[in-house]
Amino acid sequence: MPARVKTVRRPELTFWEKLYIPQIICGLKITSAHFFRNLLLHAAHRLGRFKHLPASATIQYPEELRPLMSRFRSRHRLTVREDNTPRCVGCMLCETVCPAKCITIVPAEHPDPHVEKYPIRFDIDLGVCVYCGYCVEVCPEDAIRMDTGILDLAAYSREAMRLDIHELMDPGLRKPIVSCSLKFPHQCKITGGEMKGSWDEVRASAESTGPVDERSGI
Amino acid sequence: MIEELLIKLALAGLVLFGVLNLAGLHTWVERKQSALIQDRIGANRAAIFGFRFLGLFHALADALKMFTKEDIVPEGADRTLHALAPFFSVFFALVAFAAIPFGDRLVLGDGRIIELQVIKIDAALLYVFAMLSLGVYGVILAGFASRNNYAILGGLRATAQMISYEIALGVSIVGVIMVYGTMDLAELVRAQGRMIGGWIPFWGIVAQPVAFVIFLTAALAETKRVPFDLPEGESEIIGYFVEYSGMKFGMFMLTDFIETIMVACLATTLFIGGWQVPFLLPDGFHFPWGGELLVSNWVYVLLGVASFTTKVLVFCWVFMQIRWTLPRFRYDQLMKLGWRGLFPLAVANVVVTAAVLIFVGGVS
Repeated sequence: MPARVKTVRRPELTFWEKLYIPQIICGLKITSAHFFRNLLLHAAHRLGRFKHLPASATIQYPEELRPLMSRFRSRHRLTVREDNTPRCVGCMLCETVCPAKCITIVPAEHPDPHVEKYPIRFDIDLGVCVYCGYCVEVCPEDAIRMDTGILDLAAYSREAMRLDIHELMDPGLRKPIVSCSLKFPHQCKITGGEMKGSWDEVRASAESTGPVDERSGI
Repeated sequence: MIEELLIKLALAGLVLFGVLNLAGLHTWVERKQSALIQDRIGANRAAIFGFRFLGLFHALADALKMFTKEDIVPEGADRTLHALAPFFSVFFALVAFAAIPFGDRLVLGDGRIIELQVIKIDAALLYVFAMLSLGVYGVILAGFASRNNYAILGGLRATAQMISYEIALGVSIVGVIMVYGTMDLAELVRAQGRMIGGWIPFWGIVAQPVAFVIFLTAALAETKRVPFDLPEGESEIIGYFVEYSGMKFGMFMLTDFIETIMVACLATTLFIGGWQVPFLLPDGFHFPWGGELLVSNWVYVLLGVASFTTKVLVFCWVFMQIRWTLPRFRYDQLMKLGWRGLFPLAVANVVVTAAVLIFVGGVS
């Protein structure tokens, strides 16, 4: 069987196309249409009209955030129980599965025998994290999620890129963190790695505020 | 005598003020116009006391940045020429404006007549073209003095391009000079005030449409902006000012904008009737349907200046629109267009114009 030959026909330029000037005018027509449409729309927006027609595709970033997909992986957070303690049971699955090895967990004994363990330290080094989302996939307790929608992670030092349990449990927190509001015993960077808090405090505050709905943490 | 001098100084100051401000505004226009064309918003963050004014302060911020940047001269470069080159560029682009008439005669109360033109030269057109040609020196010196192979290649490209297109540019306006019979720009504009059949103003674009297209193309090439920006090609082929930083670079950029305005002024003066307003004679409007509206000399002159400014601004807008519409030429395409397209066309235009003038018997 002979090789099949396919003739590719190059489009011949017509006389008007070779003359170039009509083509320039065609191009100018397109750019001018955009120019005047957007100019008029910007003017109309100033007067509060035609707001539904966008005049530009720009998102004015710090003031205006890009809409994120619901499955978008943004900065991590730790979900909490009703008494404001982490859902995390310190099983170390996320630390084990993490391909970047950016998670550090120090587990301790939980007073509730059904829970067994909880983290007294939970650090994520965002300078190392690759945002693969494996930690979220692997967690049996739905204790870590990547749904805060926080994208502005830049920091001036590597140290500032490390998140500890305060920031992970309260995504509203930003560095520098000066006071600690966590009641359960944990190792706190603020006090220089000292153990702080007790389960009695947690119980007391849970009784005083009464049962709370599942806190989203945001 | 002193009064004459003061009037001339005031005129020169006015022209410089207008041109430099317009050139500065061009940075803003360039940003905003390209943004509108490309469905963007454009630079709008620079603010003074929280006021942004559509990003107008970015021009100021740019100037501040340029002035405070480190001025780097490459090792082994010719320091004198390296420093002189940007000044050459800006100087020759600016002095050319002296011969552009931006309004008709202003008659003062005591009968004194002020020509709204900085200097009155009989051969103003030759002067303008001489100054524009001298602008090449800035470019070639910048390339030569930088001691950088890319820069000198860019300088050579720029020189070749500017010289090639200057010929087409020069020949294209020969037709205009022949039709109006003068090289004095003020007289040339005045000659465009006549009407054909009382309805159509006898502007250069009516008398010389082919010359207009050639002039526009060649003039765009003279300004060294896209689609003819091979001398610069900042993103990949690197141009003659690669070794310039700070305000020296800024001056080259300013030259581009000033030349754009220069070309807009020339196109207006030569082809769109300069400060002429249709149906406006020195004593007022005379409409072809018989209506009349008489105005004083001041209003007449101000209308003329406004007309000139509007036409120049429209040309600036068109040039900017072309700059953001067309991609860059290849170098062989550029040379082919200049030497095999525009130049013969311009010569043919001159021949046809001459023949027509002989048959008609000369208009002027």
